[in-house]
Amino acid sequence: MKIKSDGPQATDIDMTPMIDMTFQLIAFFMILINFDAADQDDRITLPQSTLAKPPEAPTESPITVQLTRDGRAIVAGQEYANSQAIKPVLNNEKYVLESQNKSAASATIVIRAHKDVKTGMVQELIKICQEVGFEKFTLRAKEGQS
Amino acid sequence: MARKSNLSDKIPIDMTPMIDIVFQLLTFFIMSLKISTAEGDFNIKMPLAAPRAGNPDPNQLPPLKLRMQADSTGNLGNMTLAERSFNGADRWAQLHNYIASVVGEGSMAASAEVELDCDYNLKYENVINAVTAVSGRMGADGQIIKLVEKIKFSPPRKP
Repeated sequence: MKIKSDGPQATDIDMTPMIDMTFQLIAFFMILINFDAADQDDRITLPQSTLAKPPEAPTESPITVQLTRDGRAIVAGQEYANSQAIKPVLNNEKYVLESQNKSAASATIVIRAHKDVKTGMVQELIKICQEVGFEKFTLRAKEGQS
Repeated sequence: MARKSNLSDKIPIDMTPMIDIVFQLLTFFIMSLKISTAEGDFNIKMPLAAPRAGNPDPNQLPPLKLRMQADSTGNLGNMTLAERSFNGADRWAQLHNYIASVVGEGSMAASAEVELDCDYNLKYENVINAVTAVSGRMGADGQIIKLVEKIKFSPPRKP
């Protein structure tokens, strides 16, 4: 008996489970993505603290200032030679706050300083912020065993 | 002439562009994912440049002054609080226990204030360790048991 060859045939693959799974993966990564991490900088190694827990309420008008190991300051991704050099930037921030009917005293300076930076440099940074009119400060630390 | 109905016929949809885009989105999210540990904040009350007018609050306790001296490498050398020295590997636990014995874990702790007087060259991680020791401790249930909430720095010492 002669068997008839079917030849090449297009096979329909059911793509639905794969697409379902892919969308679930996308949803998972979208939820997981943390845009706050944009503040973080690889040059800064934060000191660790067991009590460092993420705040329950968001900080009011936060201004993040980072301090590298050798005392250079970073504000909004821009690097400055020292803390004194960020004074004009802080003044700008103050004017922006005042234009929004807020005062500099209501804003919070978030200090992300390298664990090995000299404490005196952190104190100088705080002093410069005080001279501009900022009063609230928070020292940021990484969660972990110190 | 009878017309044949096409309603039952399957219309094939080309899924290729959608799958391409979906995989691109997936790649974007995977690549931009940055795994980072949680960060927390310690609030610091700083002395104002000008002294406050008026008489000081009689209910306000004088600040406990924690003196932290650095050695030549910037590591913590000597640490004293009210004539009491804290040394050794468990110096932070000693400090915490001493603060807890002085102010307790009640309402007095809320009004107590610690002033950090640090050498200019002292490594900053020691400050965070001190702030951690005086701020409280982690309870067995994972809740933070607060101790002193008011912490401030002394004016910076010149190098």
